[in-house]
Amino acid sequence: MRFRLASLIAMLPLAAPPFITAQSNNLIFPRSVAAGSAFSVKSSEASKGTLYIVGLGQVIKRDLEPGQSANIEAGALHSAGHYLVFLVNEGPTETGSLEVTPAKEVADLSFLARPSRLPVSLRGGITGAVYIFDPYNNLVTAPTSVTFELSSPNSTPQKRSVMTRNGSAWTQFDSTAHQGNGKFVANVGAVSSERVIGQVPGDPCGLRMIAVPAGGLIKLQTDPIRDCSGNAVPDGTVVTFTASYNGDQSTVDVPIKRGIAEAQIPTHPGAVLTVASGVVMGNQIRWGNK
Amino acid sequence: MRKVFVIALAALCFPFVIARAQVTVHVEPAHLDSPRELAAQTEQGVIRDYLESWRTLQAALDQNKPGLLDRDFVGAAKDRLAETIQLQTGAGIHTRYEDRSHNLQIAFYSPEGLSIQLIDMVDYDVQVFDKDKQISTQQVHARYVVVMTPAEVRWRVRILQAANE
Repeated sequence: MRFRLASLIAMLPLAAPPFITAQSNNLIFPRSVAAGSAFSVKSSEASKGTLYIVGLGQVIKRDLEPGQSANIEAGALHSAGHYLVFLVNEGPTETGSLEVTPAKEVADLSFLARPSRLPVSLRGGITGAVYIFDPYNNLVTAPTSVTFELSSPNSTPQKRSVMTRNGSAWTQFDSTAHQGNGKFVANVGAVSSERVIGQVPGDPCGLRMIAVPAGGLIKLQTDPIRDCSGNAVPDGTVVTFTASYNGDQSTVDVPIKRGIAEAQIPTHPGAVLTVASGVVMGNQIRWGNK
Repeated sequence: MRKVFVIALAALCFPFVIARAQVTVHVEPAHLDSPRELAAQTEQGVIRDYLESWRTLQAALDQNKPGLLDRDFVGAAKDRLAETIQLQTGAGIHTRYEDRSHNLQIAFYSPEGLSIQLIDMVDYDVQVFDKDKQISTQQVHARYVVVMTPAEVRWRVRILQAANE
């Protein structure tokens, strides 16, 4: 019996509502409540007064009868932050404080994913950052697991879970080897946000051309132009053919059409022919004999 | 190494703060969880703009003028403060927030550079006036989580939320 009584006494602090605290001599209210929770402020004053709950996020003003409670309804105090709580009546004003914490439930994500378009196979090229919010648009600052997933057609999805710090989390993924739209998703529980990342072919790789006579001209034609991952470089990408002869240089810029680029230039025995696209140089051909 | 700035507000901002006392500002070295490097100029700009936002906040809540928030606040922070001003006006009260010290640390710079998060251990006084009669005053020590985003020429406060550790 003595043991049982001791156990009961030990358990009392656990059984009692832990948040109910007398904040001042004349008011009893919780020290901390979750945003949107209902709670009450009880006055032990003998005269009626006006109750104020004042913070940067909200202000509540209520008349309070002697010995009565002011009931703050669910959803009434929803802005997380620090609040002053005080009762003004004929006596001296005593001020307490109340912390309104974000609700635990995550209701919204602010997801910033960059870039919206990038070349394939770029290491660490895709980044995503999230801020997480409760149903009242408060930043949820408690550590929370956020899952990021990047999936693209023909590629294995990349997935990573990150704990938030002060309501934010970020991650970084490589772009995949295959061109196409990637789906970049951030989710917390049932709440998710999706962004589309366009992955386009990279610079040409192994750019190579052939030269053949065409009447009085030379016809220059590339092999099918692909990036280093084998993706076709898109039509419209400019390829530059250059012929150098006897100190003179002539250049022809042509767009890729149906995967290849071709041009015709005047013939000069001994001319040096080169091909390039952007900063990528292709092969070089010396035409005939001087 | 800890950087210490003591900022004379009279030199910093607006004529209406000339009479105010000095605010002590400590800036802890940035403890960044980000792949993005924070340039010293960016850090200084963010801190300057954040501290100025307290002047704006003070004026807006003291005068119950939400329009004053436009320069320094955006998004949720602006909406929330504007709502508070509306509630203050409805209740016939105004409040005076006077920051005394800030202990700041930049905690997060988002990889794309579109947001910076600060943690501010701030000490401030709050005075509440009903009509023009002061009805309460309290000294507050609180930890604020702040998110700032770049605008045309300055960083604006997007989230300003007191939050425990």
